[in-house]
Amino acid sequence: MTVRIQTEDFDAGAEIARLRAASRKVGAVAAFVGVVRDVNEGDAVAAMTLEHYPGMTEKSIEEIVAQARGRWDILDVTVIHRVGRLEPADPIVLVVVAGAHRGEAFAACEFIMDYLKTRAPFWKREETPAGARWVDARTSDDAAAERWRQKS
Amino acid sequence: MITVLYFARLREALGRGSERLDLPADVKTVGALRAHLAGRGGEWAGALSGPAVRVAVNQVMADAATALADGDEIAFFPPVTGG
Repeated sequence: MTVRIQTEDFDAGAEIARLRAASRKVGAVAAFVGVVRDVNEGDAVAAMTLEHYPGMTEKSIEEIVAQARGRWDILDVTVIHRVGRLEPADPIVLVVVAGAHRGEAFAACEFIMDYLKTRAPFWKREETPAGARWVDARTSDDAAAERWRQKS
Repeated sequence: MITVLYFARLREALGRGSERLDLPADVKTVGALRAHLAGRGGEWAGALSGPAVRVAVNQVMADAATALADGDEIAFFPPVTGG
């Protein structure tokens, strides 16, 4: 497992290649890239700044990846999340999951993103024509994470 | 001593990202600490009230009933918006 929080850009192709080459058991690599949009809640967004809780961020993502490994038979995971000031079209987050089969890789990748969005301590502040504002959490993100709740 | 951290709009509203303070003798839980800090009045009462304040103790999500001990790191923050 690789978890990195960084200000600099990442090379999704290189990260995918690294997981693909790590084991001959890999039959599928699923990857997700989150990107800054130029509009939110109907307002133009010129840039956003991501703040996080150093230490807890890494721990919470590692915990989410551990949960994914408990649910699906996957081989390796890389999560890279950027912080600091980002502009539209900049990549924010990368999740790469390698597994033997696509079903598990797809599911684990989506699970990790849904949980990251609702559990990892990051906060976005966006710059709009009306001034800077903190982004509110979305109920649709809570609903997306809720889908994965396991019946006990 | 405990360390208290504030993030995002709480940090901005309170004008500080962290502070260290002695754990008052009657403050034994997260809920009691939150009430103690809100009791400072002014922006503290507003920023720390309401359901949209999350708390972590030693970097693990906590709730009002979570027990506190000397040396703990307690963080208050709004719902997360990463990804």
